[in-house]
Amino acid sequence: MTRDVAIVAFAQSDHLRRTDELSEVEMLMPVLHEVLRRTGLQTSDIGFTCSGSADYLAGRAFSFTMALDGVGAWPPISESHVEMDGAWALYEAWVKILTGDADTALVYAYGKSSPGELRDVLTRQLDPYYVAPLWPDSIALAALQAQALIDAGATDEPALAGIAARSRAAASDNPHAQLKGSVPPGDYLVQPLRTGDCPPIGDGAAAVILAAGDRARELCDRPAWIRGMDHRIEPHSLGVRDLTDSPSTRLAAERAGAFDRPVDTAELHAPFSSQEVVLRAALKLDDRVRVNPSGGALAANPVMAAGLIRLGEAAARIHRGESDRALAHATSGPCLQQNLVAVLEGES
Amino acid sequence: MSKAATSKECVAVVGIGQTKHVAARRDVSIAGMVREAARRALQDADLTWSDIDAVVIGKAPDFFEGLMMPELYLADALGAVGKPMLRVHTAGSVGGSTALVASNLVAARVHSTVLTLAFEKQSESNAMWGLSLPIPFQQPLLAGAGGFFAPHIRAYKRRTGAPNTVGSVVAYKDRRNALKNPYAHLHEHDITLEKVQASPMLWDPIRYSETCPSSDGACAMILTDRAGAARAPRPPAWMHGGAMRSEPTMFAGKDFVSPQAGKDCAADVYRQAGIADPRREIDAVEMYVPFSWYEPMWLENLGFAAEGEGWKLTESGVTELDGDLPVNPSGGVLSTNPIGASGMIRFAEAALQVRGLAGEHQVEGARKALGHAYGGGSQFFSMWLVGAEPPTT
Repeated sequence: MTRDVAIVAFAQSDHLRRTDELSEVEMLMPVLHEVLRRTGLQTSDIGFTCSGSADYLAGRAFSFTMALDGVGAWPPISESHVEMDGAWALYEAWVKILTGDADTALVYAYGKSSPGELRDVLTRQLDPYYVAPLWPDSIALAALQAQALIDAGATDEPALAGIAARSRAAASDNPHAQLKGSVPPGDYLVQPLRTGDCPPIGDGAAAVILAAGDRARELCDRPAWIRGMDHRIEPHSLGVRDLTDSPSTRLAAERAGAFDRPVDTAELHAPFSSQEVVLRAALKLDDRVRVNPSGGALAANPVMAAGLIRLGEAAARIHRGESDRALAHATSGPCLQQNLVAVLEGES
Repeated sequence: MSKAATSKECVAVVGIGQTKHVAARRDVSIAGMVREAARRALQDADLTWSDIDAVVIGKAPDFFEGLMMPELYLADALGAVGKPMLRVHTAGSVGGSTALVASNLVAARVHSTVLTLAFEKQSESNAMWGLSLPIPFQQPLLAGAGGFFAPHIRAYKRRTGAPNTVGSVVAYKDRRNALKNPYAHLHEHDITLEKVQASPMLWDPIRYSETCPSSDGACAMILTDRAGAARAPRPPAWMHGGAMRSEPTMFAGKDFVSPQAGKDCAADVYRQAGIADPRREIDAVEMYVPFSWYEPMWLENLGFAAEGEGWKLTESGVTELDGDLPVNPSGGVLSTNPIGASGMIRFAEAALQVRGLAGEHQVEGARKALGHAYGGGSQFFSMWLVGAEPPTT
């Protein structure tokens, strides 16, 4: 496992509240074209393709098969799909390149939340016998976690509002963000979370290209080398987890080498302001680290793509020379159940 | 290939576990069912949960059970807490793809020992309508997978001149093979060729007895590296090659009878495994045959027969359990179809054959076996070739 692999290109759509006029494929196509254009590669040059999405958002089985038609998989391609956030598709592609079977990979992810009621849809992720029938929605579950943090003295409502304000202000520089600028905290959605503590609901897509060794140097002036990547899962039941902590994030970060040297940037997949508090502590990030310069998931949270976007945004900062060592994080499941951490570096 | 590329670690199958597949497992939850298969695989490998570094799980669409991203809920049941867990979904080929993603973790030396598992608990919903995409995405009244595949079977018959009887010969063979497999869903002790031929026509030319059942079930495998294989209590199966290929669902140039992606996938696996003549060098095939006519079709697609000749192999008895190239000694998908697990069952049964642990449906002297899966509109393919000996390269 000694191959050097880098993110060499990243593209994303504008994230919008609804895209009724676009199919998933139509939403994805410009992003695929953009990421390929950045490297000059064509579909036929790509060694492995992997995507992340979830059928439940579109409300139909095999939704990802249509996206494959958009990729232009002819002649046939080496391809796979995870029913997860695209960050895990990137992980699968990274492993594939590590085996030596491929030198380049295209990774993409998309999610349209607009066709359904996202808060209801996400309840279908829960234990189908004991929890899902009660329909506890994603914001109510996040509110449980936020209240646990406040009760533990880890944060308070003004501090949460500060996280939200900082994120939306940072998003002013992000042309793709859905919510940016001065966003009022608003009323409680589920106490203690106000509108401002919660992510916008929206549609969006993202894609990255990975390449190994010299191939990466050919395709990108300053590749974002993946120095380590790991992901871990926790118990599903909220009752057996300490919601104020994220041991899976800590372990993944440790395995990814995040604690070996300080990072200058962290792109955290924290859809709720309160989750940034948990992640900052687990990742031991102090005030010297620039957290979510893109605005993070509070500015745009296209479900199934938002984690991949964190990896892409961190890599893009390295490409642009704005970061030398960045941490990227993705999450899945209720209250940060599953977490992925990658450490990216530019060559100085 | 860049200079930094290292040689891959060998991948061995040291544990296999299945549930007894049935129409409805009303006695267990989804979690209980998958745990049963995983525990049997651990037992086979003489390992415990703590020996597992990562879990890779697959199943076909989430709508089958009405559960979104079930890996979240199943983390506890599969001993994945504190570990990496990946969820693969590549339609009907998913069981095979899942095993291949797991094998890459070992081959890349990211992990030493990986539990991979695929399942479907189809009784929790209605698979036929789960497979019928809603308007406006597809024409109405497509009525499940049979409605999609029947025209392609008719095209095969027209193209090759295969007689009407071939489909029922396959079904009769697979259902008899299933009688020797204790985990198979359908155990039709009174099966006869005449009964298959007299069964109702569902989607012409597919008869009721030439279709797969809807099953509840799970299949698990433990994959490990050379060091792990050396500690295994029973003979391992060694992976000699594995590949996935995809092509678009539909476009003017697509050959639905013999898709290019299937041919390319097989060619890649044979190249990796050093197979020059699959017909002579492969001893057993576990092939994804959800409708009986797909046996002769895939025999051609996988390079076991020349184009137009697949049905002749079937008709002559070559693919019988005691034939020269046994196909689906386990009874195959025609006898057992928990959709998301069906591909992994093919991979696992191929491994059982070369381990010499297939019991009553063991192909005598099987040294090399092919596991094959496909999905979507004949657009996703995954395959592996396993051997009784470790690969020499």
